[in-house]
Amino acid sequence: MDYEKLEKAAARRASVRKAVTYFFLSVWALAVLFPFYWMVLTSVKSYGAYNSEWIPQLYTLSPTLENYADAFTQVPLAGYFVNTIIFTLATTALMLIVTVLAAFAFARLNFRGRDLAFTLFLSLMMIPTELVVITNFVTITNWNLRNTFLGLILPSVTSVFYIYLLKENFSQIPDELYYAAKVDGTSDLKYLWKVLIPICRPTIVTITILKVIECWNSYIWPRLITDDQAYFLVSNGIQEIRENGFGRENIPAMMAAVVVISLPLIVLFLAFRRKIMAGVSRGGVKG
Amino acid sequence: MEKNNAKGWLYLLPAAVFLGFFLVYPLIDVSVYSLEEGYNFASQTYWGVGGYNYAYVLHDPYFLQALKNTFILVIITVPLSTGLALLISVGLSSIRKLRELYQTISFLPYVTNTLAVGLVFMILFKQTPYTDGLANLVLSWFGAGPVDFIGGPYWAKMFVLCFYTVWVVLPFKILVLTSALASVDQTYYNAAKVDGTSRLRVFTRITLPMISPSLFYLVITGFIGAFKAYSDAVALFGTDLNASEMNTIVGYIYDMLYGDSGGYPSYASAAAIVLFAIVLTITCINLLVSKKHVHY
Repeated sequence: MDYEKLEKAAARRASVRKAVTYFFLSVWALAVLFPFYWMVLTSVKSYGAYNSEWIPQLYTLSPTLENYADAFTQVPLAGYFVNTIIFTLATTALMLIVTVLAAFAFARLNFRGRDLAFTLFLSLMMIPTELVVITNFVTITNWNLRNTFLGLILPSVTSVFYIYLLKENFSQIPDELYYAAKVDGTSDLKYLWKVLIPICRPTIVTITILKVIECWNSYIWPRLITDDQAYFLVSNGIQEIRENGFGRENIPAMMAAVVVISLPLIVLFLAFRRKIMAGVSRGGVKG
Repeated sequence: MEKNNAKGWLYLLPAAVFLGFFLVYPLIDVSVYSLEEGYNFASQTYWGVGGYNYAYVLHDPYFLQALKNTFILVIITVPLSTGLALLISVGLSSIRKLRELYQTISFLPYVTNTLAVGLVFMILFKQTPYTDGLANLVLSWFGAGPVDFIGGPYWAKMFVLCFYTVWVVLPFKILVLTSALASVDQTYYNAAKVDGTSRLRVFTRITLPMISPSLFYLVITGFIGAFKAYSDAVALFGTDLNASEMNTIVGYIYDMLYGDSGGYPSYASAAAIVLFAIVLTITCINLLVSKKHVHY
């Protein structure tokens, strides 16, 4: 047998395979990036230039920022933005408090009915949002909380899954730390604040980021509960802009709004890339 | 350890209150709603108890349209997105250079606002009096005529909806599969190499069985997610989905609850329970099938 020939053939096959793989992945990467490129490109074309393009142009030679100015002046984009930030911060903060306390109770405290309560909590994970949103809508309407931040925030606070995730993490911390703290006369709350939370910070950061993404993109509940523009979040805002904004079909200005809305999460993602991807693979589900 | 009953429940109280009000109570309430016939939202009265709401929903042409759309969407996008995700993640784990970059790019759609990027897709596919749009430009290179993907024939609209749905759900699937592939014990591959096993055989006999739990997890969550499709359709076709024949079951529920055709929480509840029953059935079937094919 001619080993040299065999080896050469094998090497050739491997490099062909590699080339095909890279080609295929590049096509996919382009398919992912293209909508983003198109969004930014359209947002810097002027209204007149965009509408006179019978054949869409893949680049522009005279970029303009006037669409961004329009997005902030002609529609209340800044208002949507502020609303979303308030909503996201308040919901995430409340979620953290509730989740940390519950996870601590399940992981560390010993009380009657704990295991039964935990099983019940876990079974709640199976309830789909679509099923409970109807009653929540009626409840919030009856409490006269439509078009308020309270109405937006309250039903969005708890996530059983995050309690479970954090409880698992808390349970991994050795008991000895707790007893040592007890011997020193540390209260439970202080132990939680000074010991558990710092140790479990990675998990807490993960659930915080996941919740922020969820809040920033939430659409269905805000749509049901707000019909006053003053309380719209960005998702509803973009839908409103699309259906009634700018008076005319001003697509470049819409794209400017879309860029502004998408940017914060993309920046957050690029900054915490590894954390977010690790967190999501541990159990984020979109939607 | 000392028992501190009161304290334990005190720590649990906030979570219990929130979950009780917004998850447990609604679950009971929605079943009650679905059985109250002729419920009036304004006066909060109803005239009977029975299955009328279900009968109404199941005979409503809009619901049947939504049911059809949702099933088509599920049947097309779940296998397609899972298969594509498998291909891409196998590709990703076979390369070393630029892998980080490709991984980051492929994850981008996950962190974007579905409504916002949906608008971009709409513009790419939409035919207006001023332009045929970019998608039609590409079609014309192949000599195909312009099609209005957003306001035109049913299958053109369905194509865009499926396309966008796959684009949106792929990142999560790729992420799960790449981490599954990375955790396969290298020893198996080395053993196969010693035996001179062909690549295809290695893939079907080692890789697939080893990642089958993740694959199966993706199929189940994929089915559940696709049955709940809604925002994608709104992003592409606007809020009046009945008019564009692109409504989904979840969209039907919300339309019944609120909006121009809203004000019928009973019908919405019945539709929601029908959806839940469908999802539960499909998940059970999946679980049964998986017993045969998944290796834990």
